[in-house]
Amino acid sequence: MEVKRIAKSGTFESNDIYIIVEPKGDEGIEINLESIVMKQFGEQIKKTIEDTVKSFKIKSIKITAKDRGALDYTIKSRVETAIKRAL
Amino acid sequence: MINAVSKEIPEYIEGYGKVKPFEGAFKNINKAQKTKVSLNCKSSFDDKVIGSIEEVLKKCGLRDGMTLSFHHHLRNGDYVLNMVMKEVARLGVKDIKVAASSIFPIHEPLVELIKEGVVTGIYTNYMSGSVAQAVSLGYLKYPVIMHTHGGRARAIESGDLHIDIAFIASPSCDNYGNINGVEGRAACGSLGYAIPDAMYADRVVAITDNLLSYPLCPIEISQEYVDYVVKVEEIGDPKGIVSGTTRITKDPVGLKIAKLASKIIEESGLLKDGFSFQTGAGGTTLAVAAYVKEIMKRKNIKGSFAAGGITGYIVEMLEEGLFNCLFDVQCFDLKAVESYKNNRNHQGMSASMYGNPHNKGAVVNMLDVMILGATEIDTDFNVNVTTGSDGFIMGGSGGHSDTAAGAKLSIVTTQLIKGRLPIVVDKVTTVTTPGETIDALVTERGIAINPKRQDLIERLKGTNLPIMSIEELKSLAIKMTGVPKKYENNGKIVGVVEYRDGTVIDVIRQVQ
Repeated sequence: MEVKRIAKSGTFESNDIYIIVEPKGDEGIEINLESIVMKQFGEQIKKTIEDTVKSFKIKSIKITAKDRGALDYTIKSRVETAIKRAL
Repeated sequence: MINAVSKEIPEYIEGYGKVKPFEGAFKNINKAQKTKVSLNCKSSFDDKVIGSIEEVLKKCGLRDGMTLSFHHHLRNGDYVLNMVMKEVARLGVKDIKVAASSIFPIHEPLVELIKEGVVTGIYTNYMSGSVAQAVSLGYLKYPVIMHTHGGRARAIESGDLHIDIAFIASPSCDNYGNINGVEGRAACGSLGYAIPDAMYADRVVAITDNLLSYPLCPIEISQEYVDYVVKVEEIGDPKGIVSGTTRITKDPVGLKIAKLASKIIEESGLLKDGFSFQTGAGGTTLAVAAYVKEIMKRKNIKGSFAAGGITGYIVEMLEEGLFNCLFDVQCFDLKAVESYKNNRNHQGMSASMYGNPHNKGAVVNMLDVMILGATEIDTDFNVNVTTGSDGFIMGGSGGHSDTAAGAKLSIVTTQLIKGRLPIVVDKVTTVTTPGETIDALVTERGIAINPKRQDLIERLKGTNLPIMSIEELKSLAIKMTGVPKKYENNGKIVGVVEYRDGTVIDVIRQVQ
C-alpha cells in the first residue's frame, strides 16, 4: 500500500502517543521518535511502530511519533489509524 | 562490600571518605554524641545588622573550602541561595560545599557555579531540576550526599556535617536576629528544617526582606543563635513558596488506590481514639486523608496528632476536632501558614524533633500510620524515590525513610504503571528506604503486604481486600509494559545515599 497524504492520530495526553505519517520520496521506513521513556523502551517502541507499518506492506513512509508513555496496544492502534487516514 | 539491602558499595569513596555500610534500619540506634559549637559572642556594644551580603560574607570569614547551608521552606520560590552564591562567586572563592536541605529548579544558577568549580560538593535531602541533572551527568567534583530530613539533623548535630555559615531565609526578622516565618510577603510558616543549622553552624546569617524593630513576636528562631542580619529587596517569590491550595486527586485510579489504603488503615486496628497520621502533599495521599476523615467521623474517632509537612486539608481535620494537635516542620499551602500562625494547637517542630534517629525520641516514632509514595518499589519492598529508572536524580528521601522507620504502619501508595514504567520491579535503581520498614504496597490492581508483617496479613484475611504477593503485582506490571532496559552508567559514583543513621544504603552512578 502507499501513503498518499499527511495524516495524524493520537494526543499528547499521558500514556498516549501522537503519530504523524507522511509520504517519503524514496523507499524506506523513517521513524523519528521522541519519548519520555526513550532510554527504557525506545527500541521496543520503534519495533512496534515498524511491525505495524510492515503489516500494511508499506515500503515508503515517514513517521513522526511523540510518545507520552503509551503501551504497545495503544501504539499499534494509533499507527494503524494514522496509516488508514493517509492511504 | 554488600550492605543489608544487598547493594554493592565500595569501602572508600573518593570525595566522601570511608563508608559505613547500612546494617539494618534499627541496628545503629543506641548511643550518640553531639558536637561542640564555637561561637562569637555579642555584647551590648555590638550591632547585628549588616549592609550587604558581600559585607556579611567577609565578616563571617568566607574562604575556599567552606560549607554554606540553606533551608528549603521557600521551595521553588527561593531567592536566597542564588543571591548568596552569586556573591560568593563574585568574591572569587572556590571549592564551596552547599548544604541545602532541598534543591529545586529555581536553583539552576548553581549549575554554572558547579562547572566553574565554585561549588564542588552538595549535601541535600531532595533535589530536582537542572542541578539534579548536572550532578547525574557527573559535573560536580565530589559526589552529592543525599540525606533524609531526620538524617540531615543527625549529621549536623553529630558534627558529621559541619556548617561554616548558615543562611536563614527569614520572612520576618528583627534587628537583633529573632526570626519567624509567619509574617511578611514571603511568609512560609514553620521554619523547622532551619533549626539544626541555626543551632550548630559556626556563623548564622538571617537574610530578610521584612526587617522589624526589636523584639519580634512570635519568635521561631531566636537571637541567641544569630550572628548577623542582612536586609534584601526580596527573599522569594510567594507564588513559588506556597500553593494557594493543595487538592485531592480527581483521577479515578488515584481515588481507587486511596480508598484501598484507607480500608487497610480501618482494618489495621490502629484507627481508634488517639490515632496519629501523616501524609505527603500529593493528590493521592490527600485522598487517603479524605477517606480516613470519613471513617473517623462515621466511627466518632478522635485522633491525637497529624505531622509532617502540613496541608490545608490536614488543617481542616484539626479544625473539625479529628486531631488534638499538629506537628509542623513545613507548611505546604497558605491555609497551613494561616493556621500555624493563629492556632495554638498547630505547633512547629524542628527537623531533629521530626525525624532524627539520634536524639531522645523523634515524632516519627509516635506515628501510627504513614502514607508514602514511590518511584519504584522492588520485590523486597525497598523503595526508590531518589532516581528515575533512567538513572537521573529526580528527588530524594526527604522524610520518606524517617517516617517509614518510625510509623507502626507505613503504606506505599502508587499506580502500578506510570507512563509505561512499571513501578513494581525486581530491583530498584536506587534504594532510598529499606523494605524492612515498609509494611504494605497499595496499587490500583492489588495490595501486597510485607511477609514480615504476618500479624497484618492475618488481620486482613477475611476482608474483601485484593491482597496478592508483590511478585504477582510485578508480573502484572511487566506483562503490560514489557521489560524496561536498564540505564547504563560508566561506574563513576556521583551520589552517596545515606540512611538516616549516617550509614550508606546505596550509591548513584553517573548516567552515560
